[in-house]
Amino acid sequence: MTQPPREIVNLGNIAKAFGAVRALAGVDLAVAAGECVGLVGHNGAGKSTLMNVLAGTLAPDSGSIVIDGKDLGRRYDVRVAHQHGIRCVFQELSLCPNLTVAENARIFHKSLTGFGWKRRAAGLIAAKLDEIFPGHDIQPGDTVGDLSIGRRQMVEIARAFTVTDEPLGLVILDEPTSSLDAVTAGQLLGFVRRLVAGGTSVILISHMLGEVLGACSRIVVMKDGGVVAGRPAADFTRDSLVAAMGTVVEAHDAPAAASLTAQRQGSVMVKARVKIQPDDRAFVAHRGEIIGLAGLAGHGQTKMLLQIYAAATRRDLFAEVAAPIAIIAGDRQTDGIFPLWSIGENVTIRSLPRMVRHFLIDQTAARAMAAEWHRQMRIKTPDMDHNILSLSGGNQQKALFARALGSDAEIVLMDDPMRGVDVGTKLEVYERIRQEAGAGRTFLWYTTETDELAHCDHVYVFRNGIIVDDFPRAELTEARVLRASFHEAA
Amino acid sequence: MNVVAFLGGRAWIWSFIATALVWLATVAFTGGTGGGQILTAALSFAIFTVIVGIGQMFVITTGPGNVDLSIPATMALSGAVTTKLMDTQNEMIALGVVVALGIGIGVGLGNYLLIRLLRIPPIIATLSASFLVQSTAIAYGRGLRIKPPPLLADFTTAQVAGVPVLAACGIVFTVVMGVVLARTLYGRSVLAVGQNMRAAWLAGINVERTRLFTYVLSAMLAGLAGLLLSGFSGGSSLNMGEEYLLASIAVVVIGGTSVAGGRANVPGIWGAALFLYLLVTMLNTFGASAGLRLILTGLIIIAVITLAGGGEQQKR
Amino acid sequence: MLQRFVNPRLLRSALPALSFAILLVAIFYTQPRTMSYFGLNLMLQYAVPIALATLAQMFVITVNDLDLSIGPFVGLVACIGATFLYETPLLGILMLLGCILLYAAMGALIHLRNLPSIVVTLGMSFVWLGIAVLVLPTPGGKAPEYLKALMSLQVPLVPFPIVAAIVIAVVVHVALMYSSYGVVLRGAGGNPRAVARAGWSLLKTKMIMFGLAGFFGVLSGLSLIGLTTSGDAHIADRYTLYSIAGAILGGAEFVGGRVSPVGAVLGALTLTLAGSFLIFLRVSPDWQIGAQGAILILVLALRALISRGEVR
Repeated sequence: MTQPPREIVNLGNIAKAFGAVRALAGVDLAVAAGECVGLVGHNGAGKSTLMNVLAGTLAPDSGSIVIDGKDLGRRYDVRVAHQHGIRCVFQELSLCPNLTVAENARIFHKSLTGFGWKRRAAGLIAAKLDEIFPGHDIQPGDTVGDLSIGRRQMVEIARAFTVTDEPLGLVILDEPTSSLDAVTAGQLLGFVRRLVAGGTSVILISHMLGEVLGACSRIVVMKDGGVVAGRPAADFTRDSLVAAMGTVVEAHDAPAAASLTAQRQGSVMVKARVKIQPDDRAFVAHRGEIIGLAGLAGHGQTKMLLQIYAAATRRDLFAEVAAPIAIIAGDRQTDGIFPLWSIGENVTIRSLPRMVRHFLIDQTAARAMAAEWHRQMRIKTPDMDHNILSLSGGNQQKALFARALGSDAEIVLMDDPMRGVDVGTKLEVYERIRQEAGAGRTFLWYTTETDELAHCDHVYVFRNGIIVDDFPRAELTEARVLRASFHEAA
Repeated sequence: MNVVAFLGGRAWIWSFIATALVWLATVAFTGGTGGGQILTAALSFAIFTVIVGIGQMFVITTGPGNVDLSIPATMALSGAVTTKLMDTQNEMIALGVVVALGIGIGVGLGNYLLIRLLRIPPIIATLSASFLVQSTAIAYGRGLRIKPPPLLADFTTAQVAGVPVLAACGIVFTVVMGVVLARTLYGRSVLAVGQNMRAAWLAGINVERTRLFTYVLSAMLAGLAGLLLSGFSGGSSLNMGEEYLLASIAVVVIGGTSVAGGRANVPGIWGAALFLYLLVTMLNTFGASAGLRLILTGLIIIAVITLAGGGEQQKR
Repeated sequence: MLQRFVNPRLLRSALPALSFAILLVAIFYTQPRTMSYFGLNLMLQYAVPIALATLAQMFVITVNDLDLSIGPFVGLVACIGATFLYETPLLGILMLLGCILLYAAMGALIHLRNLPSIVVTLGMSFVWLGIAVLVLPTPGGKAPEYLKALMSLQVPLVPFPIVAAIVIAVVVHVALMYSSYGVVLRGAGGNPRAVARAGWSLLKTKMIMFGLAGFFGVLSGLSLIGLTTSGDAHIADRYTLYSIAGAILGGAEFVGGRVSPVGAVLGALTLTLAGSFLIFLRVSPDWQIGAQGAILILVLALRALISRGEVR
């Protein structure tokens, strides 16, 4: 560690277990004032658990928590954390959708009471939004439930930086940019740099290694509930970071462009039009193609996928689907898994109709399918009968892939499924998708990571709910995607 | 504490243990006499709670907020219409059953349409619908006191070696419904929808059809219970379904079904229904006043759910 | 088309007032004589206890629960009011305070053990009724004079029930929608986890909301015997349904802490008026309940129609 004078946080030998699963195995972490620490690691490495401990929302089984030189140990909770200036922006949003932006600021600050509290709260949050995200269009009186997910994330981030009577010492940002587009994400990282220069500390958790490398002064790598590396950011490169996380880096994916022909061919599997499309540009997918849906987050890609998905069961004027369809959700918790069920039940649910004999589900067939996909997707579990929640996030996502790939669907929709998935899982899944497409399956793949578009045969770029550009892989460049995604250059 | 944890995970066992305890307490008080008769009576009465309870269980399992409050009204309407239709004639029983089920289909369909078209919480939809159904029953059945057909009355009250025939049929029916829940596509769909409606849709389940079937099933069982109950109690009355509103929900919860949806428990329904009946019997035997009986009934329901509900929280 | 001129959100929050106004106009049209001080007084007499019970229900709905015991509870309060409060006022007051504490304890139990409120309150409805039967086995007793005097108060120009409803609505609205702690209470319904993460006690919010429900249940029972002058354990059995229907008519949503105290009071008034309206229309008593159901469905259908506009 370098020169900074004062240590804000010193976590010593923190351990935490959930039942039999050891989430943290004696972790040490120290953060100095004016330091931006990047925290990286696979899903299930223990990052979020560690941050919950630091934020006071989770009590560790053992270990010491020293804040500003004081050992707070057992008495530590959210309230104490706030009093010592430690705040957290959680991965899943913690705003009340029924309240306004200003009222949500009030929830965060116990001291915002008395006459005129609403005005003060509104001023506080508006000023911070202006400071971090200049040009935003959020009003303090807006009801949070009416805001888009990206704007909600902006409110939540701005709220964490507002100051009343409690000090601001350290802010934990857990995947803060997952719902932000490139511009606002850039604004946030710029703000973090200014803030850190001013002496406040930040812990940044992100799967976007570029962000971490660019914004942080020091990077700590976690793996299997422990810290495996911690060095100044300048000592890392993208590849060395990935290596430290424990993944074998493949020669940065060069999808075999051999079989590629500029001419699109094969029977049409999906044909859809955007309702508000001003020109006659249509969305088309042929058999065996991998089609990318690109653009900034939340610009109509998911809507397009859901429209196509619905068109498979209900007649739709704007979309035609030629074969059975399956969808892989990006938001596992709300759109994907069934939390009360075993991994096997989660995998087989989509395929049960073909296992029905005399009105009853053939248990043997269901078991066989679960076992088959356990092997094929290399889901990390001793037993497919275990509850789905016993899996790490990446492996839950593999189970959802197995659900779709094991079904009779010839068309597979992917709604940014790699969100928050570790690099190792990603590489395995990319490979699998290429194989399946080679065997004739069609993939429609919405992704927010430009790297992933390299796997697509054809790319459609969305902006403000319409398709603004489309091109084959041969013409794919990051610049072209960005140009189409941002209005000014188009 | 281990025992508690074990039982907490299998919440329905509570209801059977509690049933046994209550029965033992009653029999101990009477000095060992009448234990058999009490059980026979408990089976005879519990079967009606079981029939509507199973319907309610399927509804509650389809997810938070789903509950069928129109069960009492449907029972009243079915009882009123079918007793008048059958008019004490044995040969009309078959038609009566068809009409009772038909009324159920109608009410269930109505409930579902209200939920779907008005996008209102099922509690309110079934409550509003029950007002209409109850009114129809009142307008139709006012002043009627027609005896049920003798064959129906005999069937619903018959016993073989102290076991009510109807209860025996009910046990078979319960087993069938257990299989439906665990092993059919419909049952799996109910469990999936109950855990997460959106995820169920995205997993290829026909969510709306599942909900429709479930509300129709519940109302059909209520219609059937109305017919059987009017046979059992020598004719229908307009308020005969009243107690089944609370009872149907209580047996589902006491029986270990998750009110948050997605997890159902079929055997628990029987345990809970027997428990509720025996509890009242016990308090009567002890000579408790009406007020005290009510208080204890309420407190015991809360105590049972408090003990059983603890296991659920541990799982989360 | 409509949505182009009217903001659906605004329209929706105006719906309770709108349905109340439409019903009032319909009544004035069919029975012009009701358009008087005494006519309104008579029609809306029972609106005060129903409005108070509806608010009680609304507090519980705010924190994503449902109270199926408010009817029997109001009945119990009426019984205590007509006996102990009349004969031994101090003991009566202590008993009523105990009732409120029990309500708060019910909220604590629901929170601590993560229990479904429907079942707990269902169980408690038996308990309240049982105690009420023990307190007053047969209908009777006497309401304290001051309650009778209060409920038959003659206010100049505007009938008392309307004045009372306005006062109640405004007080609760300001407390819940504009106070800084009211925000926390509503937030606890909107996203309990977020409120807990900001360091608030969910146990406390739950107990406060249930305690408030108990308090308003007590007010409802006392105002009720002020009108009836005597008590009965079953006097308010229907209040459970009334309070739910009133809260819904008033725009409350079942989850997410979206409620409106003013709406709830308007919903209760609408419900009370609907009863009178049906009598004026000479609807057969057989169909009275059915007609109430139909009105409920109609209002909900309107709301659904407006919401559909909101989604677009």
